[in-house]
Amino acid sequence: MVVPLSWYLFLAAALFGIGFFGVLARRNAVAVLMGVELMLNAVNINILAFWRYVRPDDPTGQIFSIFVLTVAAAEAAVGLALIISIYRTRNTINVDEIDLLKH
Amino acid sequence: MDKIDLRVAGEAFHQFLINIGLTSGQASLVDWIFGALILLLMFIVLAILLIWFERKLAGRVQDRLGPNRVGPFGLIQPIADTVKLFTKEDITPTGADRVTFNLAPTLAVFSIVMAFAVIPFADKVIGTDINVGVVYLMAFASIGSMSLLMAGWSSNNKYALLGGFRVVAQLMSYEIPMAFAMLLPVLLAGTMRMNGIVEEQGQFFGLGWNIWIMPAVFIVYLTTALAEGERAPFDLLEAESEIVAGYNIEYSGLKFAWFYLAFFMNTWVLSAVATTLFLGGWQGPFVSQIPALGVVYFMVKTIIMFILFAWIRATFPRLRIDQMMSFCWKFLVPVMLVLFLLTAIILKLGLPTIVVWLLILLSNVVVFAGALWLLGKGLEKSKWASKRLFTPEIPRL
Amino acid sequence: MALQVIFIIVALFTLGSAIGAVVARNLFHAALFLVGTFAGVAVFYVLLQAEFLAVSQVVVYIGAIATLIIFAIMLTRSVMGKEAGSLNSYAWFVAIASALMVAALVWLFSVVKFDINPQPVPDDAIAQIGEGFVTAYVIPFEVASVMLLVALIGAIMLARERHQ
Repeated sequence: MVVPLSWYLFLAAALFGIGFFGVLARRNAVAVLMGVELMLNAVNINILAFWRYVRPDDPTGQIFSIFVLTVAAAEAAVGLALIISIYRTRNTINVDEIDLLKH
Repeated sequence: MDKIDLRVAGEAFHQFLINIGLTSGQASLVDWIFGALILLLMFIVLAILLIWFERKLAGRVQDRLGPNRVGPFGLIQPIADTVKLFTKEDITPTGADRVTFNLAPTLAVFSIVMAFAVIPFADKVIGTDINVGVVYLMAFASIGSMSLLMAGWSSNNKYALLGGFRVVAQLMSYEIPMAFAMLLPVLLAGTMRMNGIVEEQGQFFGLGWNIWIMPAVFIVYLTTALAEGERAPFDLLEAESEIVAGYNIEYSGLKFAWFYLAFFMNTWVLSAVATTLFLGGWQGPFVSQIPALGVVYFMVKTIIMFILFAWIRATFPRLRIDQMMSFCWKFLVPVMLVLFLLTAIILKLGLPTIVVWLLILLSNVVVFAGALWLLGKGLEKSKWASKRLFTPEIPRL
Repeated sequence: MALQVIFIIVALFTLGSAIGAVVARNLFHAALFLVGTFAGVAVFYVLLQAEFLAVSQVVVYIGAIATLIIFAIMLTRSVMGKEAGSLNSYAWFVAIASALMVAALVWLFSVVKFDINPQPVPDDAIAQIGEGFVTAYVIPFEVASVMLLVALIGAIMLARERHQ
């Protein structure tokens, strides 16, 4: 194959690292969610790279990738609804200030 | 060379490039770039002709002549309009996000032009016959809605923002019945390739077209295409007299010309997709002997669909946004779900082709008639009727 | 060779957009960089010959999730303002930690020998996916659909306007 498998894995690792940085180092809750989506994308690239290079005749790789996509979509929807709800009650979405369960 | 086929021109060009001295790979690359440029330029020119055509048609429907001063029959009118838009001042509002403001019209045209790549003009005359042609079209529809969001946000204007978000809500809501309406021909043909769907409609001398087999799905596709193209009666959010033209407010000059062009190209792409999925694409008499005739049939059918869209635009009043949303979620989505389920069950039974087609036709008619009857009963109650100062007596017919 | 050049260009674009998404001060710009990242990832799926996944990525991520994120930014703005920067006080520490993690992963991927088996992708891969969903993986499929229903209802309930 022209493009070696390791290149895709390095790319996925780099994207995962950038998403990881976004989750831990951002103040805004929506920005944290953006980091989570980056990590999920990186994982998807990893699954598909392994599918293509190790077992391309089996659809299992693509099927699991579709499940990851689905779960990511559902989690983004619920997460953003939570953030909107928190904004309405506490009037802030700075994750450093949302540190008590009781309002 | 016994068949008059458009691919002969492509092969001759490729041979000419190899004769100049390029390698085969480089000649292919030049082929592809040239083909893409031809597609692009041909459809910008076509969009200009379509603007003229629609204005003439709207004029005739409204009992007037339409543009007839500039050039013979007003044919130069759209070019005059374009020149006028070129010379307008290019204003960027203060506080607007410059990069996003400039990127939004580009992205809107980009998403529509990319859809040209999977439309089959004749047998094998297609940009690229990918395995997922139908879902590719859905993908570029969603990129188009992202571009309108960018336009609304970056204008630094409350009305543009409101208009932008509402139009994205409309587009995303109507993507769902449109996806179902596009997937039912896929179910019948067994392939998602656009050329494959057209080939499957070639049986029985024109009786194999999907519009005869599933007319209710065609009507639903027509409705959702009107909504996706922001055409009347669904154009509350971008018409010139409503909400101060929506996301279009702050755009002037050439950027507005891009949005205007994108509007007409979008209508043309939706007509072309309707032709491909339901009217049999390039199928017609003698198309297997003379493949180049496919382009003629395709263009005729697409222009008929475009006339239908323009006719509807000139005839019907606008819907309010809540009527639009209720119609999508409470009528179109359940109807399409039921039709999808019934069609899948009928296809799984394994009966001969004619019986399958008749059963699908029967299910379409029954489900759609039943849904319309239910809609009528629902609209009779005052909860759905529009709020008026007085309630007129509904005559019992 | 050409494929490697394309890979490197798209990889630089994707990683650059990702860095823009996590560093941008203006949240809307961050969301647009995120859209660029999703588009780059879709191109990688096409390079991996998983074209159905590529168009699904565009439809779901760019068409739905990115739009949702932009709606959420609009509904929750005007609080962050200018007083808070975009990054935490311990951002440098996190940057070093994540760089170490990426370095460890890269080292791991370069020493492990995977048994690579590059056969061509079958023509009816999409039909195989569909069959897989209703035969071998029908339980995850149904659970995923129930999960989507629950997420839909839950999101509507959470974000509803409470009329006091």
